[in-house]
Amino acid sequence: MSDDAPRSEPSGTASGRRLPGRGLAKGLAVTLRTMTRRSVTDQYPDALPELPPRSRGVIGLFEENCTVCMLCARECPDWCIYIDSHKETVPATTPGGRERSRNVLDRFAIDFALCMYCGICIEVCPFDALFWSPEFEYAEEDILDLTHERDRLREWMWTVPVPPALDPAGEEPKEVAAARKAAERPDPPEQPGTEPGRPGGRGPRREGEA
Amino acid sequence: MSDVLEVALRLLAVLAAFLVLPLLVGQAEHKAMAHMQGRLGPMYAGGFHGWAQLIADGVKFAQKEDIVPAGADRRVFQLAPAVALLPYLVVLIVLPVGPNGFVGQVVDAGLFFVLAVMGVGVLGSLMAGWASANKFSLLGGLRTAAQLMAYELPMLLAAASVAMAAGTLSLPLIVEEFEWWWLPWQAVGGLVFFTAGLAELQRPPFDMPVADSEIIFGAYTEYTGLRFALFLLAEYAGIVVLCLLTTVLFLGGWHGPWSDSLGWLWTLLKGTALAFVVIWLRTSYPRLREDQLQRFAWTVLIPLALAQIALTGVVRVVAQ
Ligand code: SF4
Ligand code: SF4
Repeated sequence: MSDDAPRSEPSGTASGRRLPGRGLAKGLAVTLRTMTRRSVTDQYPDALPELPPRSRGVIGLFEENCTVCMLCARECPDWCIYIDSHKETVPATTPGGRERSRNVLDRFAIDFALCMYCGICIEVCPFDALFWSPEFEYAEEDILDLTHERDRLREWMWTVPVPPALDPAGEEPKEVAAARKAAERPDPPEQPGTEPGRPGGRGPRREGEA
Repeated sequence: MSDVLEVALRLLAVLAAFLVLPLLVGQAEHKAMAHMQGRLGPMYAGGFHGWAQLIADGVKFAQKEDIVPAGADRRVFQLAPAVALLPYLVVLIVLPVGPNGFVGQVVDAGLFFVLAVMGVGVLGSLMAGWASANKFSLLGGLRTAAQLMAYELPMLLAAASVAMAAGTLSLPLIVEEFEWWWLPWQAVGGLVFFTAGLAELQRPPFDMPVADSEIIFGAYTEYTGLRFALFLLAEYAGIVVLCLLTTVLFLGGWHGPWSDSLGWLWTLLKGTALAFVVIWLRTSYPRLREDQLQRFAWTVLIPLALAQIALTGVVRVVAQ
């Protein structure tokens, strides 16, 4: 061992060459020091672990937001999201108007036996219908039970934490910035075309002009 | 009649020590190694900090099926664990723990006897490796043999140095002769003896014969159940024997304050400290490669042991 010491220090610094077996002593010191410190083990079933705020435990479905666009199912690398739907026609709201059709969700299921927790489905959903929840205690005795149907996915939504507060030094979110700009703008001179009843229509139009 | 009773009692005491001490070392290894790695180790078995973990392990091993591979040399295969384990029991009988006959049985040429019998333990691994009809086992067995060849020599030389210093081969007499200045005088010999002993037990960092990442578990690959447990027990019994023997030869055995009444405690304390070092080394160092292992024995340990013998001789002659 000691005859290997010079070879293990290719840099050949003066401090590295001072004493043969210095590395050996260092190794012993490291383990001894670790022994005197508190160990990092969480005693899991007795004490719940402290999970970071964005832990990927399980996926919750906020079914009210889902438009059955199928993007998530198509992007899932495992193809483990199962969606069934049918179209319904909504009668025209105004007399003489056109009938509209809309998608109605029949089944939404995620097979967590296949899911690899990549989070692509959540990223890709354009309507904010999928969320990460930190819950992780859903082991089953039968692998088929790992397919969570829509009710169960909806239940997980109650465990989704509020998003953590933004970093105070971070950039302002786009929506807030747009709203603030609109609020800070001095009232434009009265224009005949502007209807006071539709303030929402103003902002985007103004921005388009700028 | 009382003689027979006394012998029986002594043997019973040694047997109890033989069964309990290795388990204590094993449990200490579980816990110390865990904490050195920032873990907790076993926490549940027995309720308080997993104290009964090794008993639970023993029960588990006893329940398992005992398999002998079809191509194995049946008799040798089944005999090997006993050959590996029993020598350590025999050695424990002659190790003096305290003054005034605190020993299982006094043997005149104790040192010679102990070293000879300890060498037999390694035969168990060789038998297991050869009889298993498995290439990994065979590799492990041959590595064991090579390691035995390389490390038996420095171990014997270092022990011979102590025998020269004390002028006797009897273990109790060696301890009687011990003076405090033997510590620096025989320090190199002690280090060589301890290191070579570790290698002979195939303890990390000298565990090339069982290197699990390359040859599965060496000679013990095909073993299951109780026979496998016996091999593990042999390893820990070996640690106990090695630590006690090093204590007796190089650390002055029962010498210490109040050694008349507490001598046995001193021996055990020193042995425990050494056992901790064994665990500590295992946790701290990676395994030596086979060629490094051989080179270390032949180019470092043997010259050191020879130098120690020369030093011992010179001091003996000058001092007289
Ligand atoms: S996390 Fe990944 S694997 Fe799991 S359902 Fe979503 S897209 Fe599929
Ligand atoms: S991407 Fe979102 S909205 Fe589209 S089907 Fe999936 S969950 Fe529903």
